[in-house]
Amino acid sequence: MSIHGIERRDFMRWALAAGAVTEFHEAFLPKLKAAAAEAARAHPVLWLQISGCSGCSISLLNTVHPAVKNLLLDEVVPGQRLVMHFHQTLMAGTGEVAMSALREAAEAHKGKYVMVFEGAVPTKDANFGTMGLEGGKHVPMSEWVKRLSAGAMAVINAGTCAAYGGISAAEPNPTGCVGVTQFLEQQGIKTPVINVPGCPCHPDWFVGTVVKVLLYGIPAASELDDHRRPKLYFAKTVHNRCIYRDYIDEGVFAHKFGETGCMLELGCKGPFAHGDCPMRQWNSGVNWCIQANNICIGCTEPGFPDEHAPLYQRR
Amino acid sequence: MPAKIMVDPLTRIEGHLAIEASVDAGRIQEARVVGSLYRGFEEILKDREPQDAIPITQRICGVCPVSHAVTSAQCLDRALGVMPTENGRIIRNLVQGANFLQSHLVHFYQLSLLDYVRGPQAPPFVPRYENDYRMPEQAEKQLVSHYLQALQARIKTHEMAAIFAGKIPHVASIVPGGVTTPATVDKVTAFLWRLNEVQEFIDNVYLPDVMTVARVYRDYAEMGAGPRNLLSFGVFDLDGEPEVTKRKRLFRMGRVKGGKLLPVDPAQITEDTRFGWYEGDGALAPAKGETRPAPSKKDAYSWLKAPRYEGDAYEVGPLARVMVALLDGSLPDLTASADSALKELGFERRHLYSVTGRHLARALEAQVIARAMRQWLLEIKPNEPTAADFKVPKQAEGFGLWEAPRGALGHWIRIEDRKIARYQAVVPTTWNGSPRDGRGTPGPIEAALHGVAVKDEKNPFEIARIVRSFDPCIACAVHLATPRGEGLGEFQLL
Repeated sequence: MSIHGIERRDFMRWALAAGAVTEFHEAFLPKLKAAAAEAARAHPVLWLQISGCSGCSISLLNTVHPAVKNLLLDEVVPGQRLVMHFHQTLMAGTGEVAMSALREAAEAHKGKYVMVFEGAVPTKDANFGTMGLEGGKHVPMSEWVKRLSAGAMAVINAGTCAAYGGISAAEPNPTGCVGVTQFLEQQGIKTPVINVPGCPCHPDWFVGTVVKVLLYGIPAASELDDHRRPKLYFAKTVHNRCIYRDYIDEGVFAHKFGETGCMLELGCKGPFAHGDCPMRQWNSGVNWCIQANNICIGCTEPGFPDEHAPLYQRR
Repeated sequence: MPAKIMVDPLTRIEGHLAIEASVDAGRIQEARVVGSLYRGFEEILKDREPQDAIPITQRICGVCPVSHAVTSAQCLDRALGVMPTENGRIIRNLVQGANFLQSHLVHFYQLSLLDYVRGPQAPPFVPRYENDYRMPEQAEKQLVSHYLQALQARIKTHEMAAIFAGKIPHVASIVPGGVTTPATVDKVTAFLWRLNEVQEFIDNVYLPDVMTVARVYRDYAEMGAGPRNLLSFGVFDLDGEPEVTKRKRLFRMGRVKGGKLLPVDPAQITEDTRFGWYEGDGALAPAKGETRPAPSKKDAYSWLKAPRYEGDAYEVGPLARVMVALLDGSLPDLTASADSALKELGFERRHLYSVTGRHLARALEAQVIARAMRQWLLEIKPNEPTAADFKVPKQAEGFGLWEAPRGALGHWIRIEDRKIARYQAVVPTTWNGSPRDGRGTPGPIEAALHGVAVKDEKNPFEIARIVRSFDPCIACAVHLATPRGEGLGEFQLL
């Protein structure tokens, strides 16, 4: 690994963003200045974690092309940049410094920012989830969801919890969690919503959806399915394109773990789950659930997990 | 007149956490750790099929899902009376090891480093606390470029986990009796060459970077000690001993008190709810009656309960694992590298009880885990079974004791009528981030903050650096508080 090569290239990006151009050898200056002068359109993005596990944020870190550093520092597509003003896991600021960044960005870019939610909204008690202080009181997460959605150009729900409630809302749903989609309907907030479910959300699905919104605006109704998922990723079931389809043709079924065959009898929810996992695969395309000889648990569906439970029994 | 510093939210951790500190004459008099989210996972698990505990408990935490998967599988192994096959044992270790490396890399570079160096002058790297960045310019540039390289290295660790587990976060292959993934030589090779890259990064970049930060911020080797009681359940099974507590492990089970290594008896663990938002006043014994969420409870300030061992607060995590290994001498390589790192820094072992010590312990154990994984890969027997047959009995109990990257993790299950009748977990950040107990003993993070001098109340770097050195994972800590469970006392612990 050419450590020094990588350092220089990466550092130049950071330095550009930092405005530290003068620290470089003069030979670089014209090119850097030209790049800095290009007026890329900056799209403000706010990412709020509600009641969830941070798995969708961690999954986003697995994006390969573009890499996270491209998302944060480069033009994601020519002429278009994201500016991530708020993301609890990545941002430098903490406490009131972080909260003021959130408030100021939401105010300065009203009607123009993309609002991303990760996690479901706890509604049973205001104290079940709070973030930040106002007038010395902890502010309920549901309050942030209301305020920030109302001022957004679009809401993108990253992961099944934000989209539909997911694991956070699983029976008996002790915290009264609902997906952001349903919560906004209840509140009468009309901001357009795009759901990118998955437990977690695949980084390609999320990045692709954001780029779609940057380049072409809010997707037309015909581009989303009944659950507001982009058809590009969610039109077909896992079963449609499963690598084990030939076993069904041959009538070979697995009856215990490790056995070869279609895993319907073990509880595979591939026939009920929408997503392009068999083709796209996960983690840079090295593997996916069924290729690891385990079942699909249907994590992209509105009914996940309860409609699919017991997970390891045929539905 | 004491001033109050409120840090809400404490970002760059997993989950939602707030810190309240009262400061008088420039020093923290009292600190409170506030877990600001409640989920109630144990209620969600009740009445479900026992096997579903593996996929569901993973979803407590997107950072350390593998630890929950393995601990939950251990519960089931025991309850169902099945031992993992040799390949199953090794592959669980490999997936877990890969997840430790990803967690430690993310923790140092993405979660902690921005407390010591400035990133770019652009969101989300501004705004930030100011005025205590001390890194020399050249070193700062290098660390910033390593921040970016670490993002690539951690992707490799996730690919490693996915090779044997389908995908991550939330893995698909771990089942009672082992794993479902076939043990094939292509997977061994694909894993090995990613491991080689990551190992190179750990040895040549990660550990040296931890040393650089330690050298420049020398005062942090004297700050944030905590209770100096350490607890580890041990992690990475090296044999197939049926009794979890007797199993040989890479990092052994143990506890340190007063500088001495002592054995662990899980029956001595209690949970206290005096200052948690739960009904009941927190008797020291595990609650026998119903405990329910009480969001308006007077004096309470957190969704975390307060686990105690023989009534004492214990720190869990890399420092505990490394200190146990140093005292029991079971990992000579680790002892040698720890002592040489300390010598190079001009520190002694006592300096490990600190912010610096926790970061150093993580990097040192990452080296040990990476080395061990190379060996385990060669122990895989291609095409031999990875899973063993099992049946869910009508009634059974089980438990799993293991380590997440951020500390001791225990799951307990009781099966009745082939369904989950009780599920209970005690997780790392519940230990570290616990509130005071009925005796007034603060939790480890609270204790680590007490008496700390805050140079600038508007930019309380000290609080941020100390709390983050524990690598808090609030999703785990609060999601597992028992809303209606009967507590550990209901379970046959051993």
